[in-house]
Amino acid sequence: MDGFAKYLARRFLQFILVIFLGVSLAFLITHLSPVDPVEQSVSLMTNFGATDPRSVALLREALSELYGLQGSFFEQYLAFWGRVLHGDFGPSLSSFPTPVMSLIMGALPWTVGLLTLSVLISWCLGNLLGALAGYFRSNLLLKLSGAAVMALHPVPAYIVGLLLLLTFGFVWPVLPISGGAQMNLQPGFSLAFVGSVIVHGLLPALTLVLVGIGSWFISMRSLVSNIVTDDHVVYAELGGVSSGTIFSQYVARNALLPQLTGLALSLGNVFGGAVITEFLFNYPGVGRLLIQGIYSGDYSLVLGVTTMSIVAVAVAVFVIDLLYPLIDPRVRLG
Amino acid sequence: MFSILRDLLRFNVEFLIGFLLTGTIFLFAAAHFFAPYPDTAIYLLPPDMPPSAEFWLGTTSRGQDVFWQISGAIWNTMTFGLTVMILSRIVALAVGMVSGYLGGKADEVLMTINDTLIALPNIPILLLVYFVMRDQMTWPLLALTAALLGWNYDARLIRSVTLSLRNREFTRHAVFAGMSVPQVLIRQHLPYVMPVVFFTAMNNLIWAIGLEVTLSVLGFSDVNRPTVGGMIYWANQHQAAVSGIWWWLVFPIVAVVLLFLGLFLLAISINEYIDPRSRLSRMGG
Repeated sequence: MDGFAKYLARRFLQFILVIFLGVSLAFLITHLSPVDPVEQSVSLMTNFGATDPRSVALLREALSELYGLQGSFFEQYLAFWGRVLHGDFGPSLSSFPTPVMSLIMGALPWTVGLLTLSVLISWCLGNLLGALAGYFRSNLLLKLSGAAVMALHPVPAYIVGLLLLLTFGFVWPVLPISGGAQMNLQPGFSLAFVGSVIVHGLLPALTLVLVGIGSWFISMRSLVSNIVTDDHVVYAELGGVSSGTIFSQYVARNALLPQLTGLALSLGNVFGGAVITEFLFNYPGVGRLLIQGIYSGDYSLVLGVTTMSIVAVAVAVFVIDLLYPLIDPRVRLG
Repeated sequence: MFSILRDLLRFNVEFLIGFLLTGTIFLFAAAHFFAPYPDTAIYLLPPDMPPSAEFWLGTTSRGQDVFWQISGAIWNTMTFGLTVMILSRIVALAVGMVSGYLGGKADEVLMTINDTLIALPNIPILLLVYFVMRDQMTWPLLALTAALLGWNYDARLIRSVTLSLRNREFTRHAVFAGMSVPQVLIRQHLPYVMPVVFFTAMNNLIWAIGLEVTLSVLGFSDVNRPTVGGMIYWANQHQAAVSGIWWWLVFPIVAVVLLFLGLFLLAISINEYIDPRSRLSRMGG
């Protein structure tokens, strides 16, 4: 149990460090930049027509309070931490006066749902196909499917999504290409709404699965083809253990360990792909919120979404780290 | 060097296809130096012309020739990718080799920072940097930001190679002969690390180009400088898919997919060549 506790403590420390560094980075980027966000917002608002200079001065003061730009640099930094811990990023300017946090909370379930499902599918499918392809090296069908997923792997999510969008939206228009659910349906657990959510999620999820599956396939195949030549596998073969048992118990199980670590390491990248995909399909998640915030110059919203997505990815990585002992007895028993 | 290239071309079909694809696209991109029109000029030609003998890949709604736009765009996109690749290789090499060679506390600290950076989502951070810089964002600055985010996986890989070199005989000889740490790292260890660096460089190039395409597709770069993503951005702005100007969207997508495919085939075949186990199995049949 001692080793397990040590493992947990180390992982937790790493988790805290990621959040600390990530939030500090978000603060530094926004506060060290040569462009003043207050002036930017002021010029955005006074773009059309003349405004009374006194009200501009008031606006300037209100904005710098809103953006947490008052006091010394260190005071601002502490205040920023206070905001993060309270989950209070102030009101959003583009959809005033809704707080940024409630916008994020409204969008988060969509992103979490889309990401969990597509990561789960691509991880399981990629590992299964990769393990089979590494074990049965001469199977033609596995070689062909491997070539297909590997060819898609280096292409950015946006391009794959755009191809799907053009195919299923224009060439053969069978699937909805925009939104998270049908507009006129009441959100809730009705059959029509849930069905609509699933149909609308198909293309974004397919994009993420197609982009994600290749890397799991490649690394699993090379892991398995290395393990196959290991002594314990050769011994099991000589001992007459059935090839199904060897494949599932001796080979695939061992190869899964580094793949789970890989999953934790890749989440940050996967999230980036989801941001783009959500925007492309107008999916109501945090990614679309972030990009809309950038287009409309909404400082609080962009800073809030970035900070929260750093925290959310860190939490997800930590959860996967907690799962690791379940499949690796060496960590569990120490 | 040339004999390696010859062997790869002869024994490795993936390398051959990747080499031909990348080479063709490179020549196509280099052709933009001979383009008949300046690549940033708009409304120069009749807009919305379908592919014809005069305009091979048609013209855009902004009155540009699609063929020459793609040619210049790929050149710019590749320049971006190569810049990111070189900058981030320098950081990855420095961190990985120092961390692996020194070991102990220095290694622990460097790798903790490294693992922390891996867990941060790149795209939101890049978008935040773009958001605060806005119009002052130039492509070299974007490349620098991307390079600072793109070295951490590979630093770990390089570290593991250096770690195994540390206890080898020749390292001890070098130290006893009075070589300093930078001398040992550069003169003794670098040649062993180079193959890994080369492989990670290919992957990093693919990643960087993907990043550039993604960011400029959203309009988060200098949209007047032709890039592959920038072309798709303008096509979307003009609703090319709805108004049936398919050549404006399809040809850039085909070009960039071919480029990715070529680079990816090069990357995996180089990786296979570096790993002696898989090289032997290929030559043995």
